[in-house]
Amino acid sequence: MMIGSSLRGVLGAGVLLASLVTNLLPALAHEPAQVQITNLVYLPAEVTLHVGDVIVWTNNDIVAHTATVKAAGGAAGWDVTIPPGQTVQHQLTQAGTVEYFCRFHPNMKARINVLSKP
Amino acid sequence: MTNRFLGKLAATLLIAATGYANAADKPTDPQIAHIAYTAGVLDVKAAEQALAISKTDAIRAFAANMIADHNAVNEQALALVKKLGVTPEDNDTSKSLAAQAESKRAELAKLSGADFDRAYANNELAYHKAVNGALATLLIPSASNAELKSLLETGLKIFQGHEKHAETMAGAVK
Repeated sequence: MMIGSSLRGVLGAGVLLASLVTNLLPALAHEPAQVQITNLVYLPAEVTLHVGDVIVWTNNDIVAHTATVKAAGGAAGWDVTIPPGQTVQHQLTQAGTVEYFCRFHPNMKARINVLSKP
Repeated sequence: MTNRFLGKLAATLLIAATGYANAADKPTDPQIAHIAYTAGVLDVKAAEQALAISKTDAIRAFAANMIADHNAVNEQALALVKKLGVTPEDNDTSKSLAAQAESKRAELAKLSGADFDRAYANNELAYHKAVNGALATLLIPSASNAELKSLLETGLKIFQGHEKHAETMAGAVK
């Protein structure tokens, strides 16, 4: 009887914890922004996110691309390589608007607006 | 030197275009496939030469990307001609492109250091400009098969990216 009751207590606490985690997570992080790369175009060409959010690129082309940001005005640059047929993600750590491009095909350009944490 | 090459290549493609001026004489799909494939192979050879000679990171990175991209497009081209049952057909334009590229490789083989980097970068810019022009004005409009036309259009977008990249690289090694 005692064991059964304790077990129920532990299970109950587990369910409560799981529920708390599930309910809290959306408040801590937004859904990642999805950007498709098809025929050398980033789509959408502009996304708005918050610091700490993640952006995900899916490369549908037969060649590798990058998402490259040049360092400017004290803000650090970054460079993500997205091999053909693959999905790669990057977490945004600095607020501001950044223009990014593909190092291999520099006529590919897009923009990310990174807002401060809400 | 580079302008002379661009002139020669442009002339080759112009002659090709003039030769095909009559709609009935436009290049056939097997010839178009051969020209596009050859142009890719020649740029891979130029990139291999750059990797063997240049010690400059930007040049080497560009060359490595040329090998990866042109091989990827040519693999698709081979798969497509196999699927369509088409045998690429050698022709005067392909032969002329190959001969000019061989003479350019011999010329670049005599160079090293910054001289090589400059010549390679300028040549890549000129080469992509000329080939992209030929794709846009002759090869794509002449292609009959929709899948071949679509692959050439994808290739053109990729090679326009190379042209832009070459432009930046040529500006950096002036």
